[in-house]
Amino acid sequence: MGYDRGRGRKRQDWFGGDGRSGNFSGPKDREEGGDRREGQGQRDRRDRRYDRGPRDHRGDDRGRQPDRGRPAVEQTRELVLPGDLLAHGKSVAGPGTYTENSVVYAAQLGVRTFQEGKVSVLPLGGKYMPIEGDEVVGKIQDVNPNYWLVDINAPYPAPLHVDECPWEVPLGQTARYLAQGDIVIVKVQRVDVVKRSKLTMKEGRGLRKLAGGMVMEVSPSKVPRVIGKGGSMISMIKDRTGCTMLVGQNGRVWIDGDPAMMVVAAEAISMIDRNAQQSGLTDMVEAFLEGRARRDR
Amino acid sequence: MEGIKLIRDDGLRIDGRKPDELRPLKIEANVLHRADGSAYVEWGQNKVLAAVYGPRETHPRYAQRMDRGNVQCRYNMAPFSVVDRRRPGPDRRSIEISKVTAEAFERAVLTEKFPRATVDIYIEVLEANAGTRCAGITAASVALADAGVPMRDLVAACAAGKVDGQVVVDIGKDEDNFGQADLPMAIMPRTGEILLLQMDGHLTAEELEKAMDMAMDACKRIGTVQREALTKRYSVKSNGTGPDGGGNDG
Repeated sequence: MGYDRGRGRKRQDWFGGDGRSGNFSGPKDREEGGDRREGQGQRDRRDRRYDRGPRDHRGDDRGRQPDRGRPAVEQTRELVLPGDLLAHGKSVAGPGTYTENSVVYAAQLGVRTFQEGKVSVLPLGGKYMPIEGDEVVGKIQDVNPNYWLVDINAPYPAPLHVDECPWEVPLGQTARYLAQGDIVIVKVQRVDVVKRSKLTMKEGRGLRKLAGGMVMEVSPSKVPRVIGKGGSMISMIKDRTGCTMLVGQNGRVWIDGDPAMMVVAAEAISMIDRNAQQSGLTDMVEAFLEGRARRDR
Repeated sequence: MEGIKLIRDDGLRIDGRKPDELRPLKIEANVLHRADGSAYVEWGQNKVLAAVYGPRETHPRYAQRMDRGNVQCRYNMAPFSVVDRRRPGPDRRSIEISKVTAEAFERAVLTEKFPRATVDIYIEVLEANAGTRCAGITAASVALADAGVPMRDLVAACAAGKVDGQVVVDIGKDEDNFGQADLPMAIMPRTGEILLLQMDGHLTAEELEKAMDMAMDACKRIGTVQREALTKRYSVKSNGTGPDGGGNDG
């Protein structure tokens, strides 16, 4: 069965304002299979990943989108429902599809896309399923002598072992570093066949505990919209509100800044979540932020 | 039989329908904010609400399966759903319907994509007028698609039966009470694969064959209504001037 969840995106650092005054790092490494090390000193595990379909269709989608009012793209965005026939031939089955008798059908409600000779379905909803390399906003659910259990908005909580945190933690002293309810930005280090995942706070920049601020949730499938092309959407919201923001691939958005502006930023994010499928989204959000700024003046 | 004429002299049924005619069906997707997916169905005088949660971690732990996920279902009738107040809580009938519904969806949902997790389906019957299990399955299927749960196909359900010696589709309340057979059936419309088939009453082999054919045909019609409901809810507006996508936020 060629089904795969609609995710196979680039591992890139979308976490621009990681507290260091808006040093947004846009997409740097876009080459297929190119190993991106950036100080993580670890082999890129991408090739070993379980259950991957055509890679990075999301990343590419993001890259190719014209900025505003994209009628040409709009016409090709066809809604498909589970069981809809997509193509013939096993080899073309991408994420969000399944194959029966060499015919590819949609497995999920979503938008049909073609990428690298494969047909796939970009889901419009659904739960977050962890993928190796994802940077996610997690909440400490439980504290144990040598690991923390982190709620990452997936069906299963994931452990963060003390060896994978940046501090030297004596056995049994875990609670002094991260307590229940703390918010962290962590990376999914490993996902096995039964979807058990391990987290790390070491590999990658900007992984840390998130003090203060607020967390809101959007549908994980709408994360690319929240970030925008090359991070345009999120950096616009950050500029206009002066807030520090982090978007986890699991659909959690962390916002910190002036309380009034945090509310504005949160409203903008929920606006994107609601209108993710519409064109001219950037303009819409910009107009909203503009309106709020004028009102506050 | 008991003095009630279910088929009128003009050949139409007691409520004026043709033998292969369905009661009016209305489906709306995504009606609840807090559920991962939901749907509301009005089918004749039946009013059914379905909500889907998950996939989420399976509890208790021993019920977790390493190779695939579980599908759980609770079918419940509201106390006010029938003429005489129904005692709240599960009874023999609703436990059975919950079980057969979960088993029907277990086949349709691609459970191997969420090992150790569970998809929960909650079907609440607000108003009942014969055919609530079919209405419940029809609603739950739309709710599952709405929740983004991976599945082989939508599931459509409809009953056929025998009244006054004639095989008819989508049995109404009087036909259910005074007819000779009721045959609820759930299928995946694309393949016609049968996911649920029950029978109450008596049918000859030929009648069964005919009833199943008629139910199959009716299910396919229901399938198109389900698709329309989802398409209506999720189709992309051609430009950004339209209203909100439907208010998915809390």
